[in-house]
Amino acid sequence: MIKNITIGQYIPGQSLLHRADPRVKIILMIIYMVDLFAVVNSYYTYAAFLIFTLMVIVSSDIPVSYTLRGIKPILFIVIFTAIINIFTTEGKPVFEAGFVHITYEGLDMAAKMAIRLSLMVIGGSLLTLTTTPIMLTDGIEKLMSPLKKIKVPVHEIAMMMTIALRFIPTLMDETEKIMKAQSARGADFDTGSLIQRARSFIPVLVPLFISAFRRADELATAMEARCYRGSAGRTRMRQLRVGFPDFVLVAVMAVFTTGLVFLEYYI
Amino acid sequence: MSIIVEGLYHIYMKGSPFEKVALKDVNMRIDDGEFVGIIGHTGSGKSTLVQHFNGLLKPSAGKVIINGTDTSEKNLKELRRQVGLVFQYPEHQLFEETVYKEVAFGLVKQGMEEDRIKDRVRWALGMVGLGEEYLEKSPFELSGGQKRRVAIAGVIALKPSILVLDEPAAGLDPKGREEIFSFISNLHATMGITVILVSHSMEDIARLTKRVIVMNKGTVEMDGAPADVFQNAEKLEEIGLSVPQITYLMMKLKKVIPEINEKIFTVAEAKNEIAKYLGGIR
Amino acid sequence: MDSKIIKAENVKYEYKSYNDEKQNVRAVDGISLEVEKGQFIVVIGRNGSGKSTFARLLNALLIPLEGVVYIKGMDTRDNENLWEIRRTAGMVFQNPDNQIIGTTVEEDIAFGPENLGVAPGEIRKRVDDALAAVNIFELKKDAPHLLSGGQKQRVAIAGVLAMKPECIILDEATSMLDPVGRREVMKILKKLNKEDGITVIHITHYMDEAYSADRVIIIDSGRIIIDGPPKKVFCQVERIKSLGLDVPQVTELFYELRKMGYNLPADVLSVDEAYEALLGAIRGKRL
Repeated sequence: MIKNITIGQYIPGQSLLHRADPRVKIILMIIYMVDLFAVVNSYYTYAAFLIFTLMVIVSSDIPVSYTLRGIKPILFIVIFTAIINIFTTEGKPVFEAGFVHITYEGLDMAAKMAIRLSLMVIGGSLLTLTTTPIMLTDGIEKLMSPLKKIKVPVHEIAMMMTIALRFIPTLMDETEKIMKAQSARGADFDTGSLIQRARSFIPVLVPLFISAFRRADELATAMEARCYRGSAGRTRMRQLRVGFPDFVLVAVMAVFTTGLVFLEYYI
Repeated sequence: MSIIVEGLYHIYMKGSPFEKVALKDVNMRIDDGEFVGIIGHTGSGKSTLVQHFNGLLKPSAGKVIINGTDTSEKNLKELRRQVGLVFQYPEHQLFEETVYKEVAFGLVKQGMEEDRIKDRVRWALGMVGLGEEYLEKSPFELSGGQKRRVAIAGVIALKPSILVLDEPAAGLDPKGREEIFSFISNLHATMGITVILVSHSMEDIARLTKRVIVMNKGTVEMDGAPADVFQNAEKLEEIGLSVPQITYLMMKLKKVIPEINEKIFTVAEAKNEIAKYLGGIR
Repeated sequence: MDSKIIKAENVKYEYKSYNDEKQNVRAVDGISLEVEKGQFIVVIGRNGSGKSTFARLLNALLIPLEGVVYIKGMDTRDNENLWEIRRTAGMVFQNPDNQIIGTTVEEDIAFGPENLGVAPGEIRKRVDDALAAVNIFELKKDAPHLLSGGQKQRVAIAGVLAMKPECIILDEATSMLDPVGRREVMKILKKLNKEDGITVIHITHYMDEAYSADRVIIIDSGRIIIDGPPKKVFCQVERIKSLGLDVPQVTELFYELRKMGYNLPADVLSVDEAYEALLGAIRGKRL
């Protein structure tokens, strides 16, 4: 179930995208999103954007089908947004029957929004597919570090993200185990009214919380025993370094964005 | 009334890149009232196998028939009652406010009337060696060993005809282990229920059970009386297991004293056998 | 300098009850102990005997209510020594899942040295050395939740090693492992003790892990009951059984045979020793 979600999964590889600095990748992804929502509007630029995205996917060594699978969980949202757009946009009618009227502008808007949302998700999953969770947290921590000046606990936030990433699979396993154990004792999670079903999860949630608290407590002790005392005086094994792959990516993005703006406003 | 397993396969996450064959053509028959030990290292398929006994897992291929019911059927309520499954560290499932409510959980789910539940809970707690004074206590204020016994009582209270225990003594000290095993043996002897004990401890399996099933890489590697299974010490070591220390000693002695009986795994038996060769007391 | 890596003087510790002072639990009740550098010590005791509390006192996770604990001459009550004490005497805990912080094996091993402020290049070297020392080099990029129990505990040991400790304290670190995992961990500990001279304090209730130790300490009700080399400890069969603990099967066999009147050694622990002794006795009889 959870295993089908592409966002947040890392696929090892040696492409430029894999080797680039996470900070650079995060910034480039933000530029990609800005391009997508603020610049792209005509069908020419949409076509250019699609081709560019496809080229990036191909160059990333990640199977295209795998990247596209990332859209699946949000397919409902994409379709829903498209339908809303089709039926609510005013303009030149294409089809009319009773109170249902579909306009040319509506279809145009629906198609564009669907493409925008899908590309946004693909861009986001490309970042997580080519970056290990720990690199991603490191990147976010470094990018946010100026905020330390205004007393934002940047290190603590990053540490929390790391621990959450580390424990999500463990707690998933645990949930499954507890559900099985309670089923063996006669619990039933599939029948009854909605309220009954919600109540039937108490025997799962209580042990799960107890176990999560116990884990948190033991983890805190283990961290203390390994001399953890917050960010003061702490070094990192991995030093983020901007290098050749980053220059290439930045250059490609700069050329692409310039081209896109040119195409959108001057042609 | 029995457990029949025929050509059982179980494949996790079929069709994904993470696909893993956990059980491969497993066949066995466990009769009513047997006390069977299942051994095998982690990942040998033993936990996957026992979860088929109450339908928590369904066969990918093959059949599991428990007391005449095929576990691939839809309604498994009655099957779940007949087969009690105690997982590793069962105390981690406790959630109620009192020991009484904890043990009564399954019975309430069955819709049993309150008077009978009360009797059942007292009986089940008695079987695991906990008295009346525990009924109103919170399970969370008990010691580790006591918590575990409450959790097991919750399963025994359903009066299953088959009881499966996965490493019931894991993490306990020798005295705690002894307490757990003594009430399990007692339950088997007095109630005549089928007991299936999954364990890593050769000493415990040898001492308690009449039949040992050795699992390896998803298949049944050996199946027989402990005395016979433990003769294959080399094979057992090869698959990450061992035999009781005393059996190693007897096998070593057998090499120089061919007539000695090496099919021994308890201290008491070894003492009598060796005394024969030591002769009279000097 | 003193060659004692650990010195405890009449240490006491109580867990406070929130309701009633009379319900305070005295977990450690006057332990005195000296440990020489390079020893392999196994501490045995029943659940709730106070052995885990004692381990935490050695790492300054707990501070004694009475008495003093010195680690390499440093008083654990002194806050200034805290990090140096924890670096010197690293700890491995019971549940392998709840002590791994990193999302990959090498990230986790780097956690300790990172906290100590070691330079990045040096951390890299230490992580690689620690991976090699516990024999998991090929797992360095793996996610911890995909490892076996024995592998996880070896990651935890490597995490301690990367801090360059002089002593490793293992608090029931083998109790959740299967026999294969236990063997892996014991092998690594033996190697670290022999080759690198690291002092090992291994707390367990598996007696078979104690036979080859330099010294066995049995704790009960917060006190040291027996302390000595394994042979001297396990031959006290009656006493150990009365404490709710076990002795090796062969030791018990010899104890029983001696009770019957046979003249056999009392301090036999291994199959080989038992075999030699029995063969001698049987041959002697026949000749």
